[in-house]
Amino acid sequence: MPARTVTHSKPVALAVKTRRRHFAQALLRNQTALAGLLVVLGWVAVALTVSWWAPYGPLQQDVMNRLKPPSPRHLFGTDQLGRDVLSRVMYGAQISLPMVAIVAGGATIIGGSIGAIVGIVGGRIDDLVMRLADITLAFPSIVLAMAIVAATGPGLSNIVLAMLITGWPQYARLMRGQVLSIKQREHVEAARALGASDARVLARHLIPHCVSPVVVAASLDLGNVLLLAAGLSFIGLGVIPPQPEWGAMVAEGRTKFLQWWMSGFPGLAITSMVLGFNFIGDGLRDALDPRFRTSKLA
Amino acid sequence: MGKLLVRRAWILVPTLFGAVLACFLIAHYVPGDPLAAVLGDRAMENPEIVAAYRAKWGLDRSLPEQFGIYVWNLVRGDLGISIRTQRPVVEDLAEYLPATLELALGSLVLAIGGGILLGVVAAVRCNSWVDQVLRVVAMTGSSTPVFWMALIFLQVFYAGLGWSPGPGRLDTSLSPPPSRTGLYVVDALLASNLSVALNALRHLLLPSIVLGWRQLGLIARITRASMLEVLSADYVRTARAKGLAERVAVVRHALPNALLPTVTIIGLAVAGVLAGAVQTEVIFAWPGVGRYAVESSQALDFTGIMGVTLLISCLYALSNLAVDLLYGVLDPRIRE
Repeated sequence: MPARTVTHSKPVALAVKTRRRHFAQALLRNQTALAGLLVVLGWVAVALTVSWWAPYGPLQQDVMNRLKPPSPRHLFGTDQLGRDVLSRVMYGAQISLPMVAIVAGGATIIGGSIGAIVGIVGGRIDDLVMRLADITLAFPSIVLAMAIVAATGPGLSNIVLAMLITGWPQYARLMRGQVLSIKQREHVEAARALGASDARVLARHLIPHCVSPVVVAASLDLGNVLLLAAGLSFIGLGVIPPQPEWGAMVAEGRTKFLQWWMSGFPGLAITSMVLGFNFIGDGLRDALDPRFRTSKLA
Repeated sequence: MGKLLVRRAWILVPTLFGAVLACFLIAHYVPGDPLAAVLGDRAMENPEIVAAYRAKWGLDRSLPEQFGIYVWNLVRGDLGISIRTQRPVVEDLAEYLPATLELALGSLVLAIGGGILLGVVAAVRCNSWVDQVLRVVAMTGSSTPVFWMALIFLQVFYAGLGWSPGPGRLDTSLSPPPSRTGLYVVDALLASNLSVALNALRHLLLPSIVLGWRQLGLIARITRASMLEVLSADYVRTARAKGLAERVAVVRHALPNALLPTVTIIGLAVAGVLAGAVQTEVIFAWPGVGRYAVESSQALDFTGIMGVTLLISCLYALSNLAVDLLYGVLDPRIRE
């Protein structure tokens, strides 16, 4: 006999809708989260439209005007090859934002999927995968990422691969923990009693309840991903010059103390974006915390 | 306490074994022939030479046998020869490690001491200017790249104001003290050379502040949150009701209980410091293991980078063990 489709009754659907409205209200009332969202959306807008309004190209050189300070012609000054720093910072968003999205999204999906599967399957596979996660977590991320990039060579795709390898374990452990706690609940037992397979139980009854903490963890991790990527580029293992990656731009200005704008503005760009991600992550976490909702929305 | 030590140390064994296995597998799957980096193109054209070196270094054996040789070499302290320096990696690490330990200790002292103090004061004077300072420190620490903060500090305090000495562990006009621990400040004090000790301390201050800033913010936030919870507990109210001075109630009654979550964060702080040392040492020209790792990575010196990776993962595992034991010291329930 096939498993019956479980549909929500009206009171349950109303409860879900009310929870979502409370979540949106909690998020929108959080001014720092809104500020963070504005900053990140601002950078997204810059990345999408930069080719229309950037004053110069990212690789456009003007050697006669190299190492010039900020001026009306070059608002952020020029670097050692006469390239406009403002334009390079703007084009840098086209590298940083997709990289962060791919790494954070990829690590979340890969790690979350692995954690969900081993959480429901259990047994030796669970032990093996969790030991693998523990081994990966035994290394500080930047050190393991450096070892992987040294093995595979520098470049954007290799640092994305290195960060995915170092990033998946925390999501796997988080999702596995959530699955283990929720799979004991009555509604899951009921679904199994009706003949639902592991895959169906996972997709319809477990993952929807487990996904919130994983999403919050991913949003809180966005800033760390950007810092790690910039750090790898800073030490020469990331994006290969002359691409306008912010960490690499800070490295180019490292020895030029008098030309502070070369490192100053790219560093400010990294800080502003990481701050935006952190504010959004904090806002999501507070909005999903039942204690916060009860105190703020009563 | 002994049982706790044995229990926790036993868990360390599979973690370290896993780290060794991971390093071996990463080293094994490096693209290209490792012999080519050592023998050179002309020798590689001679199949007899290639076969002889493969047999000598066990590269013709099965994977498990190669792993066994790798582990045996590690036990004997043989991490291979650095392609870049042409010296045994273990000698390179022995030379560079003390500088990293000195930097790590300096930053942890600042982070733990400053973080706990700031967290306690911010909790006791909630929503005051101290609380705002904590928020700014925590926010900047978690959002600012370590390498950028290091550059800013160097530009302001060294190039701009001249308050800080230049990069390196000591002024170039001074000789390092006789080495007993490898930590210049300690060695200079042991040799009763106060001027060298002070100079080394001045050089240590700025990189320690940069490296410890993020961890200070984290520790202060956790301490503050934990203190706020404990300060509203019944036993603290009782202490105040008995007429104890506020300072005594806070320090003797509230703080020891509030420190338990902080101890967990200290474990994370050690990892953060080891990771952050990589970038900080490059900026401050600090001759430590982090800078060695960066130079090895840039030169694709694989034996060097794997040696550093293994060393740092061991230090990380040992610091987690120390934190677990400290937890047992602070909370008698955990010892049982």
